[in-house]
Amino acid sequence: MDGVTGRGKYLALAVLLLPSLIGMGAFYILPVISSLVLSFSKWDLLTPIQWIGIGNYVRAVSDPAVQQALRNTLTFILGYLPAVVSIGLGIALLLNRRLKGRTIFRAIYFVPVVTSWVAVSLVWKWLLNPQYGLINWLLSLIGIQGPGWLFDPSWAMSGVILATIWKDIGFVTVIYLAGLQEIPENLIEASEIDGANAWQKFWSITWPLLAPTTFFVTTISLISSFQVFDQVFIMTNGGPVGSTTTMVQLIYKNAFGYGQMGYASAISWVLFALIFTVTLAQNILQKRMDRSDG
Amino acid sequence: MTFVHKSIAALLLVTAISSPAFAQTTVKYMTFSAAPDYLEELDATVAAFEAAHPDINVEVETAAYNDYFTKLQTVIAAGQAPDAFELNYENFVAFANRGVLADLDPLIAADTGFSTSIYNPTALAAFSQGGKQYGLVESFSNVVLFYNKDLFDKAGVAYPTADWTWTEELEAAQKLTDAANGVWGTLAPIQFWEFYKTIAQNGGSMFNADKTEVTLDSAANIETLQWMVDKVNKHHVTPTDAEMAGQTDGDLFKAGKVAMLRTGIWMFGDFLANANFNWDIALEPGKTNKAHHFFANGVAVSATSANQQAAYEWLKFLTSSKEAVEIRIGAAWELPAVSDPAYVQGYLDQPKPESREVVFQALDTAVTPPVINNWTQLTDIVGQELEAAKLGQKTPQQALTDAAAAVKNIL
Repeated sequence: MDGVTGRGKYLALAVLLLPSLIGMGAFYILPVISSLVLSFSKWDLLTPIQWIGIGNYVRAVSDPAVQQALRNTLTFILGYLPAVVSIGLGIALLLNRRLKGRTIFRAIYFVPVVTSWVAVSLVWKWLLNPQYGLINWLLSLIGIQGPGWLFDPSWAMSGVILATIWKDIGFVTVIYLAGLQEIPENLIEASEIDGANAWQKFWSITWPLLAPTTFFVTTISLISSFQVFDQVFIMTNGGPVGSTTTMVQLIYKNAFGYGQMGYASAISWVLFALIFTVTLAQNILQKRMDRSDG
Repeated sequence: MTFVHKSIAALLLVTAISSPAFAQTTVKYMTFSAAPDYLEELDATVAAFEAAHPDINVEVETAAYNDYFTKLQTVIAAGQAPDAFELNYENFVAFANRGVLADLDPLIAADTGFSTSIYNPTALAAFSQGGKQYGLVESFSNVVLFYNKDLFDKAGVAYPTADWTWTEELEAAQKLTDAANGVWGTLAPIQFWEFYKTIAQNGGSMFNADKTEVTLDSAANIETLQWMVDKVNKHHVTPTDAEMAGQTDGDLFKAGKVAMLRTGIWMFGDFLANANFNWDIALEPGKTNKAHHFFANGVAVSATSANQQAAYEWLKFLTSSKEAVEIRIGAAWELPAVSDPAYVQGYLDQPKPESREVVFQALDTAVTPPVINNWTQLTDIVGQELEAAKLGQKTPQQALTDAAAAVKNIL
């Protein structure tokens, strides 16, 4: 905005930002505010709203369905997060070398990230089909009888996690690749002169210098995995026996299945508080680690 | 004049000639029962209606049954309600209670020469609430025992008869099951709807008569659930979910992999077109009682519609006109809920399946859905416990005790 000063500058800014502000206001800020207001109400979408104070929150804290959904969500995070970060990093390290056709590989790993969850879920549903799926067929070749996957309550979440890891690896890889570009070449060269082997180079130079990237990747992935929904909705719809009902799946079911908008909004805010706390804790931890390093 | 100008002029002329002198009213109609097997029949019904009412244009929107009520509720809440829409009996109660349906009584009263006596009176009464008619009844359907005659012949087993009980069914199923070829003797899904019907076949119910008490965990019901689960896990005459691997029971039947299947008469169209073997229907075997599902679909006008009169005209045509009823019967698209016995005869006269009279015999032992206000929650709670029993996570007794406790909270 060079050359424009004072009020004119703000006016110009406002005009330029207006289109995205309208969109953000209508589809993001307004719904956030109304969900907060609705969380203190009983509303089935069709009949008038009744105000019930903090009743929904009291109910959410003691509801076994919420506890089960929270347990399922944490199971998902435990299975998903360490795996996606470590595999993503591994692939980034491979693709960072002077590999023939590495641009093609980078593109291949990124394709699932930009594919719609609907398509990916349907393909994985087939891959995981206990009778006709590719995965159980491959397992049968090495003499293993594959599990019932999405039809078996003790395996369904693993199936969802597998599909999610496959889809998200590309994202983690791209972020790590960018992080790897930031590492000064001369540090690596210096360590080579000092006689460091590949593992020492990684452990003493690459990994510590990737810390900001690792922090970013885990934070983003953690937040999104607290909100896991699309793949669950399509692959299992929360079943069998509620074994894949995650927090957002539960919120959706209460809001649109049972017509309990107020209660669903309250659970949403409980989930928000949870994500906020975890992210804050992660932030503090990261800052402390930075300080001890410096 | 350029070509474009000429074209526009010609277009205007054509429009002026072809458009009727009166204003066109568009009625938006949302339905689940037509998709996916009866879309052609619905189109034909719409065409017949528009021919009789050139001033009304019907715009159809369909959604699959599983998504339909969520979608309908959302569009109504968003102020985008279709002028007219289909409701099954289970959901009708909740929608009527929430004031989103137009009272049809004034429209019916003003409609000279039309009498609701054209409908089956019991079925019509199902779509009234608090003394007001909020819907017209559209169709009936029920569930019977479908069987693959070729598989019975091959195994040398006599066809099911009305005297069969669960015992005879199990004996036959054991002879018919051919594990090597992936053929299963009998199949009834273990889910909410099948459950409330099957417990009635053993004299049980989910609630007491006035629905103030939960009777889900009665001894008879536990025994019934045990029987349902045993067919899968003990007798192996019914496939597990993993063995079905995402195929529907209808798919398995059409593929000749199931000898006996309990499913709805809405499958007639699909099976007649796609099952390449001889099949017929019979009454369901029971234990102490005969019991058969009874489902009714109705149609209602939105309370906020600006075109209530036109919407009513369309619904009246869809549910009771000669054209619509004949299209419905011809395609075996459920049963029209009209009282004229001539239509029943028309239904019975269709060649396949042979024992069509079974559809009417089953009505004598009809069980209506145990509707309560929190209907979707009820189906989810009980459904999840049944699934736990089916997968061996809980004993039938545990599952039903837990279900009863949870249902008490939403009653």
